[in-house]
Amino acid sequence: MMHYDIVVVGGGPAGMAAAVAAYDAGCTRVVILDREPQPGGILMQCIHNGFGLHKLGRELTGPEYADIYAQEVARRAIPVLTETTVTNITPDRVVTAQSRHGIVKLQAGAVILAMGCRERSRGALRICGTRPAGIYSAGTAQKLINCMGYHVGKRVVILGSGDIGLIMARRMTLEGAKVEAVCEVMPYSGGLTRNLVQCLEDFDIPLYLNTTVAEVHGQKRLEGVTIAQVDGQRRPIPETRRFIPCDTLLLSVGLIPENELTRAAGVPMDPITGGALVDEHCQTQIPGIFACGNVLQVHDLVDYVSEEAERAGAGAAAFVRGSALLNTSINTQPGNGVRYVLPQTITDTTRDVSLFFRVSHPMGKVRCTVRSGADLLTALPRPRVAPGEMERITLSPDLLRRAGDTITIELEELP
Amino acid sequence: MTRELTCIICPKGCRLCVEGGDNRLTVRGNACPRGEQYAIAECTNPLRTVTAVLRVSNRCDTMVCVKTESPVPKAAMFAVMERLHQTTVTAPVSIGDIVMDDLFGSRIVVTKGAI
Ligand SMILES: Cc1cc2nc3c(=O)[nH]c(=O)nc-3n(C[C@H](O)[C@H](O)[C@H](O)COP(=O)(O)OP(=O)(O)OC[C@H]3O[C@@H](n4cnc5c(N)ncnc54)[C@H](O)[C@@H]3O)c2cc1C
Ligand code: SF4
Repeated sequence: MMHYDIVVVGGGPAGMAAAVAAYDAGCTRVVILDREPQPGGILMQCIHNGFGLHKLGRELTGPEYADIYAQEVARRAIPVLTETTVTNITPDRVVTAQSRHGIVKLQAGAVILAMGCRERSRGALRICGTRPAGIYSAGTAQKLINCMGYHVGKRVVILGSGDIGLIMARRMTLEGAKVEAVCEVMPYSGGLTRNLVQCLEDFDIPLYLNTTVAEVHGQKRLEGVTIAQVDGQRRPIPETRRFIPCDTLLLSVGLIPENELTRAAGVPMDPITGGALVDEHCQTQIPGIFACGNVLQVHDLVDYVSEEAERAGAGAAAFVRGSALLNTSINTQPGNGVRYVLPQTITDTTRDVSLFFRVSHPMGKVRCTVRSGADLLTALPRPRVAPGEMERITLSPDLLRRAGDTITIELEELP
Repeated sequence: MTRELTCIICPKGCRLCVEGGDNRLTVRGNACPRGEQYAIAECTNPLRTVTAVLRVSNRCDTMVCVKTESPVPKAAMFAVMERLHQTTVTAPVSIGDIVMDDLFGSRIVVTKGAI
């Protein structure tokens, strides 16, 4: 069995940034495993620009952003084993993978999980109707068009107005397709304003809110969809049913962190994020197993993925070197208006700790409060919040020391 | 002329209202000066970066990704795409290579190469 300081599972932006950070923190025996023929993860199919604005101060396309990290990996001669699929991880950090050379087993000082997300499928949505060709998840269509050069369809309806759905509306339009509509079951879009403007408004593509695809039609190829408005319980309202002819339906209805390996290793999970429970070093509740990127929480900006991965890399390196990751334990929890808070525990009160959270629905002016019991630690006014945009509050050691064993983040609506 | 638009410069997403004629535009609704600049640019000379993929003449299963190095006029987006659809490259090409020198005022630069 081969021994490594750190084994990184997944070579997307999270895996690469974590490996680089671990190396720079003194762990030189680092390896990255990825099942694809090249590292870069989902970025390799995201040919649009808009990556890196926060972290690198430049607007890059996905492949360009990935290339910057691939170069950093190469400069440190960190090996990347491609076409290598990890099939098992044990709590004592033995990583099993399937590669072209057969099955390999690696003993790791620390494991960093960076497997990313996969898309929710039609099955998970239970849409009525036949099973014709022409129904794709938006990410699959993106890969077919951008990496393989296929045309996937001419008349398109998109279900889901998150960023991936919006990006694909523009992409299909520029490739010559007619995008008839984007339907969103929620009363608001989960996408960035910038994408609403540049992907829909620029091309006069209608966005129907509170609307879903109730039925698909067609035998061999999709011939159309029936859309309908939904009621408060998100059930289609029969009187509002309307047929739209189309040959392609793209589903952009959410991402699921790819945590089968994590669960099999017995890592305790957060049912809301779909990722592991972690501390501020991204360490899970199994010592020596860390998680970062989309496998930990679904990110909308890759910049924050890289930042989170750097914390995981540095944390894993500290674990391997045997420096105790301090063990004071403060739990964090979401209060009114907040869907989740990450990290779920704080172990080190001697440094600044950033808490990341998402709100449960869009609101105008709010005050985000951080409380420990009745003690108001800090508050942050926000002119506008939306679930699509991750919020962050940083707590200083002074505030952390004042906190009891639980910290709650809550929203108060302001007039 | 009156035009409503949403500022995309920061997450606040102010609803902007632009009024006026050819050389005198007034912007309302912006919470900061960047919103005014954005609105005026959008109403006078809106620009967009276009990204696309190109076929590789000597590789059957690979696409090369490109972008306009600087933004091009919004109205020229489809014309840019049409030209790019007619263009192929020959491998090897690498990230940063220039494929065209001037397409609506911008160079076309490779963002993902092919070996
Ligand atoms: C379609 C789409 C559009 C986006 N657009 C933007 C945007 O415009 N701007 C922006 O900032 N962000 C955008 N994002 C978000 C950003 O790209 C992601 O948050 C980021 O790529 C996540 O990085 P990651 O490394 O966690 O996961 P990924 O990039 O998904 O990488 C995970 C890697 O793990 C590998 N892997 C998984 N399981 C295994 C296994 N068992 N064994 C070996 N390898 C494995 C996969 O092959 C993959 O390479 C977009 C995301 C998507 C999906
Ligand atoms: S006007 Fe200023 S504050 Fe409002 S969205 Fe634009 S940049 Fe943000």
